[in-house]
Amino acid sequence: MSGREPQSALAAAIEQNKRTERVTRAWLLAPALTIILAISILPLGITVVYSFLTPGTYGGVTWEFSTDSYVQFLFQRDIFDDTLVFNSAYVSIFLRSIGLALGATLGALILGFPTAYFIATKPREQRNIWLFLITLPFWTNLLIRTYAMLLIIRDEGIINIMLMKAGIISSPLTILYTDTAVFIGLIYSFLPFMVLPIYASLEKLDFSLVEAGYDLYANRLKVLFHVIVPLAKPGIVAGCILVFIPGLGAYITPELLGGGKKLMIGNMIAMQFGASRNWPFGSAAALILMALVILVLLLNALAARRGASNNG
Amino acid sequence: MADPTTAMPASAQPRQRRRLVRDLKAMPGFTATAWLCIVTLYLPILVLIAFSFNENRSVVLWTGFSLDWYAKALENDGIRNAAWVSVKIALFATVISTIAATMAALATTRTKKFAGQGLVYGIINQPLMIPEIVTAIATLSLFALVKKVTGLTGIGYLMLAHAAFCIPFAYMPIRARLETMTLTLEQAAADLYAPPLKVFTLVTLPLLGPGIVAGAMLAFVVSLDDVIITLMIAGPGETTLPIYILGAIRRGITPEINAVSTILVAVSVLLVMLLFLVQRRMQR
Amino acid sequence: MTGTEIARDRKAAVSVRSLSKTFGQGEYAITALDSVELDILENEFFTLLGPSGCGKTTLLRLIAGFELPTNGSISLQDQDITDKPPHRRPINTVFQNYALFPHMTVAENIGFGLRMLGRPTAEIKQTTERMLALVQLEAMAGRRTDQLSGGQQQRVALARALAPAPKVLLLDEPLAALDLKLRKSMQIELKSLQAETGITFVFVTHDQEEALTMSDRIAVMKSGKILQIGTPRDIYDRPTHRFVADFIGDINILEGTVEHTDGDLATVRLKDGTRVSAHLGTASARSGDVSVAIRPENVRLASTGETPTLTGILENIVYFGAATNLHLRLGTGEEMVIRNPGAVDEGRYQPGATIGAILQPELIRVLE
Repeated sequence: MSGREPQSALAAAIEQNKRTERVTRAWLLAPALTIILAISILPLGITVVYSFLTPGTYGGVTWEFSTDSYVQFLFQRDIFDDTLVFNSAYVSIFLRSIGLALGATLGALILGFPTAYFIATKPREQRNIWLFLITLPFWTNLLIRTYAMLLIIRDEGIINIMLMKAGIISSPLTILYTDTAVFIGLIYSFLPFMVLPIYASLEKLDFSLVEAGYDLYANRLKVLFHVIVPLAKPGIVAGCILVFIPGLGAYITPELLGGGKKLMIGNMIAMQFGASRNWPFGSAAALILMALVILVLLLNALAARRGASNNG
Repeated sequence: MADPTTAMPASAQPRQRRRLVRDLKAMPGFTATAWLCIVTLYLPILVLIAFSFNENRSVVLWTGFSLDWYAKALENDGIRNAAWVSVKIALFATVISTIAATMAALATTRTKKFAGQGLVYGIINQPLMIPEIVTAIATLSLFALVKKVTGLTGIGYLMLAHAAFCIPFAYMPIRARLETMTLTLEQAAADLYAPPLKVFTLVTLPLLGPGIVAGAMLAFVVSLDDVIITLMIAGPGETTLPIYILGAIRRGITPEINAVSTILVAVSVLLVMLLFLVQRRMQR
Repeated sequence: MTGTEIARDRKAAVSVRSLSKTFGQGEYAITALDSVELDILENEFFTLLGPSGCGKTTLLRLIAGFELPTNGSISLQDQDITDKPPHRRPINTVFQNYALFPHMTVAENIGFGLRMLGRPTAEIKQTTERMLALVQLEAMAGRRTDQLSGGQQQRVALARALAPAPKVLLLDEPLAALDLKLRKSMQIELKSLQAETGITFVFVTHDQEEALTMSDRIAVMKSGKILQIGTPRDIYDRPTHRFVADFIGDINILEGTVEHTDGDLATVRLKDGTRVSAHLGTASARSGDVSVAIRPENVRLASTGETPTLTGILENIVYFGAATNLHLRLGTGEEMVIRNPGAVDEGRYQPGATIGAILQPELIRVLE
């Protein structure tokens, strides 16, 4: 009998510890989860609801069910006979955005990979300085950085002035308010997102492998594509995703450098909540953008899983 | 003095060998590309900063050094109000998000692994995973609904929205700090008769300090720099500095904007450099 | 005198009864401790010895209260402390990596326990000074702990744990991070500190030499179980398990069959037919196939004219100053090592030579 009693006391103590831990954890998590759930996740639900409503006359919504927002994305309703006619306007904005984001991703990769590799081969102390230099712009205001880019690429910007003074061109190159400007702006905005993950995967790379590669392949380009790139692949993929996703949803870059004429998805969505005042359509467009982003992440997760099972 | 003829090759040889090894790792054009990246990243900002000190109204031709535009910017009521709104929102968002993030970081590192931990990470990082424009219009929709139902208006909405997206930024360094802090120190305190609350206030909190400071600084910078969410949500009289700057750019380029922009960049850069130093101390 | 006899004379400081600890659940469950029974006596220097993963650190953590056992009980001077949190146990720990508070000075570290106990400031100051003197660190009182050397940090950890005058001091491989020379001198210091303070020390180590030099008694652990408890001499000279015999020092193990027993003595026939008598001790095997063990230093070379217990072919001679090891291949095919004090006559002992060995009968043990 005396043996049983302390055992049940011990069991009670174990149970009590577990309960205390659960309660403590719940209280500790409560503020962060409440704020994010209420202010970031709940609104997404509202957006889903709004996308199925009818636009209000002065912005906002009228509580009447409608799938018009999604229909409007692809078709235009003929005002006379009420038939649906295919409308490429919005689809082309999406395609343009995807194209620009892909282009910027490729551009950032071409610039970012060599930079990451260069940093990874530096001695440790220098690496930290380089990394700091790459990270710092990320923490400065994107609006101001884009504005600064606008200053140097416009017709009277220093790039044109220098090119003209050098006698390379006689009249200024028009870059600003073109797709090129948006493309340059996107690379410039998100370049650090490409460099950092590639650096992180290269940092772990054992460079004696590279040296071993010279024994086997003897050629720099071959070593690069057969040894280094495969090993840095996780970082390259992460970098591409980190550039593509914010590029796709960019707002400031096309707004300032595209002059508001060359729209991307982000501006189109914002417009629906401003001047155009079609909240349901804006909500639907935002959800389609989010679906695209989730699709990219899912494809990546799928590819990662397949890669893992191939290796295993 | 050693004989120069024998000293020479001895000192030259290892250097040559080292260069050979470095050459093996180096790829043609990579160094140039790295420098091109740095120039691309910094040249625009440097030009902007330089012209903020230009005496001339022109933002094209350099005529001489002057602080006039700073004086003008600081006298501008619109800029002063916007700066005050920005600071108010950033301070509120920093305090709320840092407290919430610290608590969440303690829950995810100082209690046993639990079912749903992945979901918790997902929720905390959610603001980072969704395009900002989506969060912005979604939050706008919610706030419009709340305003309609309650009739409440004011800057509180903006503050709350900022607090929400600052949480993941504050959470990152705090969690990282807690993960590198071994539990042994807390156990040692308990072993020396410190009850749980004393363990927290005398050991966990002081050691976590640098992490909390880092988290708060990140939250502050992120809040101060936000454009899209603020642009969509801000009501009349709630213009933050970035929103003021955006409006001014749309109206036309003036050296005054360059001056304000330089100040905002300087604040961010100073905070991030401070953060860098704090983190270096943390690593020791 | 055996370990159990001592236990009868003195009071137990820590009593552990059928203590078990399982980590994880279901098929991933790992049993770190399996029904451990243990009495650690007052004023004893007690060592838990075993390879990594044997459960010694888990046992220490359960005594400290950092974890609750799955089953069983722990009492401190007849008081059940099984489910008490660590801050309510008058037990202090010296951690493997010292776990000094980096944001406090040396003196603040040492005074921490007393402050938590709410002792008056004057007493804290006085005790801190006494502790600083005890570990000879008076000059370091105001230093930050990261400005100290490894050995100094070790002493601060010790002083910090001793300052509240605990009933039991737990030491978790405290010397593992020190270099050999410092470790040797700290071994002696720890031992004298224990004698001076009269506090019960429970010391965890995987270093058998350390355990033998410092301990009053040793518990040898393997896979969550205690195999043998005894004085260093018990453990060394009278190992009861093959694992204990093998883990501590060098030993020759020979296979054989018990022919008959007479009290504690058994006559064992080895594989080549040689009969030796061996002590049974607590071994349960009273018949059939057994292993017998003898230390190399308890085997000597037969001198001319003497009848050797066993003969073998000399395969290898390893000289290391104080002694020479001679490796024999016996007729049974087993290997045997003879440790001869000092050097041997190299002309006579050449690899390939047939050598006679004499086993001291009183030092042959039957193993479990």
